[in-house]
Amino acid sequence: MSKEILLGDEAVALGAVQAGLTAAYSYPGTPASEIMEYLIRANGKIGHYRAAWSVNEKTAFEEALGTSYAGGRALVSFKHVGLNVAADPFMSAALLGINGGFAFVSADDPSMHSSQNEQDSRFYAQFALIPCFEPADHQEAYDCAREAYDLSERLNVPVMIRLTTRISHSRAGVETRPVREKNALKSGTRECWTLLPHLARGRNKRLQELQPELVKISEESPFNKLELNPANKSFGVIASGIAYNYVLENLEDVPAASRPSILKIGAYPIPEGLVRRLFDHVDTVLIAEEGAPLIEQAIRGLFGVPGKKVLGRLSGELPRAGELSPETVRPALGLSPLERRGLPDKLSGRPPQLCIGCPHTDTLKAMKEAMSGTQGGAVFSDIGCYTLGWFPPHNAIDTCVCMGASVGMAKGASEAGLHPAIAVIGDSTFGHSGMTPLRAAAEYDANMTLVILDNCTTAMTGGQHTFATGPRLLAIVEGLGVPKAHIRVITPLPKHHAENVKIFREEIDHKGISVIVAVRECLEEAKRKNKGGAQ
Amino acid sequence: MSTVRKQDIILAGVGGQGILSIAFVVDNAALKEGLNVKQAEVHGMAQRGGAVQSHLRLSSSRIWSDLIPRGGADMILSVEPLEALRYLDYLKPKGRIVTSSNPFVNIPDYPDKEAILAKIREIPGSVIVDAEKLAKEAGASRAQNTVMLGAASKHLIVHESHLKDYIRVLFEKRGERILEANLKAFELGREAGE
Repeated sequence: MSKEILLGDEAVALGAVQAGLTAAYSYPGTPASEIMEYLIRANGKIGHYRAAWSVNEKTAFEEALGTSYAGGRALVSFKHVGLNVAADPFMSAALLGINGGFAFVSADDPSMHSSQNEQDSRFYAQFALIPCFEPADHQEAYDCAREAYDLSERLNVPVMIRLTTRISHSRAGVETRPVREKNALKSGTRECWTLLPHLARGRNKRLQELQPELVKISEESPFNKLELNPANKSFGVIASGIAYNYVLENLEDVPAASRPSILKIGAYPIPEGLVRRLFDHVDTVLIAEEGAPLIEQAIRGLFGVPGKKVLGRLSGELPRAGELSPETVRPALGLSPLERRGLPDKLSGRPPQLCIGCPHTDTLKAMKEAMSGTQGGAVFSDIGCYTLGWFPPHNAIDTCVCMGASVGMAKGASEAGLHPAIAVIGDSTFGHSGMTPLRAAAEYDANMTLVILDNCTTAMTGGQHTFATGPRLLAIVEGLGVPKAHIRVITPLPKHHAENVKIFREEIDHKGISVIVAVRECLEEAKRKNKGGAQ
Repeated sequence: MSTVRKQDIILAGVGGQGILSIAFVVDNAALKEGLNVKQAEVHGMAQRGGAVQSHLRLSSSRIWSDLIPRGGADMILSVEPLEALRYLDYLKPKGRIVTSSNPFVNIPDYPDKEAILAKIREIPGSVIVDAEKLAKEAGASRAQNTVMLGAASKHLIVHESHLKDYIRVLFEKRGERILEANLKAFELGREAGE
């Protein structure tokens, strides 16, 4: 056995490969991107498999379903909001007769370090009635991939692995296991893979009937562990995922006799029997979970637990939202805070910003100047580096909602009478989910201007593959029905500023759909390509 | 009775200053000495010229949390003085700051440099190094991170020679000149940190 130091993301990826991975699909998104980056980088060294970026999370999920149908073990990975994009295949996949093991990682971002919301993916697993693993450390992250495949192949269900930012992006040692062979090619059965209503009803019944067994498996899972302290009958803790570490960190100096009884949860559905045993043992239970209070809600219900006190995010002992930390958990355990130094009264913030010389800066500047003679318009933006155009000195965008929202929102606003209605989107995000709304905007000749920032990469997440760039992007835009005369290409450089402003003005004045494509390579991407002599 | 050998370090800087390179070197040196390591990093949006930090935990016994508790850090090692102060509440009462004196000004309201340094000097045992000057002297102006690693090395629980081993691993692929400049940067930092 060898010990390797890996990111949590990498630990899951390596675990999947060594458990006999056939194929992996993903779309970049923090904090999940490093799973696919590792798989691509290590292909041929740690194993041989198919690993590729997909156009979006929905297509990634469907590609992986194809792998499973063919008998192979599949891994899909994305950030939490990616599961919204993949929710359609995801919810129905629970009804399928999964063939080759199907595991997918949804990496949550509580506290929204790099996200628009902090939804907790465990609710999705509960919604779809499928098992979910939530590793507490890197070893569990590695191990749960194999567990997920075993469970998936035994019960023919998809299995979720839920990560959170702090485990995805932290490094620690992992002991690896012997490599397992891949599955042989073997098709799924058509009755279990065709969700026609008469068949889907049967599949749904089977999924419902599976639930007691899932709970039983959960109760026996090595990821769930109940440690009762016979000497302490008053206080117990339920801690899931990474919250378990914060609890244990704080209990290090607490003498054994006064330690609370602890139920660690790392596998779902909630192990009911273990929860019951803890509640039978103590009067007060603190529930610490990273993300939303899923376990706490389930236990508390509408009316609480008679005769027992349940503490957690809902009762106010822990913060209602945001990620936990060692110091937020500490007072909830009844411990006094560590002595610490105060912060200086006023500390200038340092928010992220566009790189000096970034092509987006020049595009946004030209756009702003062209809009300066107009009134009442708005710039609908999207997900990417250019969202940083919200900050001064740019102050260039007015909205950011979800992947691809800019295009549809500009169409809707223009149809409500707003002018100029401008959408700003990057090339990768356009490929992800900007093409479909543009088709409708072109069909109805919406009075809007779409700006596609083609920097030839998926920049914000670290320079991954993009599906809609260069001449291909122009062909896509034309193919979607935008008149050729109103597809304008600009080079966002200071020396072209006046010319670019003029083009923006012309297209804003044009009554109908227009697309301005600003083409200049991302500076970071250029640096990566030229890396050699520079440090 | 065996004593636990452990150290908790907050690495701080601005996205692009190379704090993850420092982390790589310390991590691997610690692993070589048989210590357990956990290292929490910042990826994604915040890396774009924003404040970044990494929690680096080394211990001969089990490490639970990936994050260092506020009030638990033995050291703040920063490549930028304002960023050193940003995590002051992580420092133990007896913890120290090791920081570069060179401001990275990419915000409009950057405070007065002398006021920042004065605040840092209030922390006993703190080390302030002109990393920009020493990196230039070493022959690689971008090696300020390596200068700071050198400056901190006297106060780290891992051995100097192991740190140098992994500076070699990290930079040998970038060519002889860059490697030599970084080894020099480490030495100059180490001298200045005394």
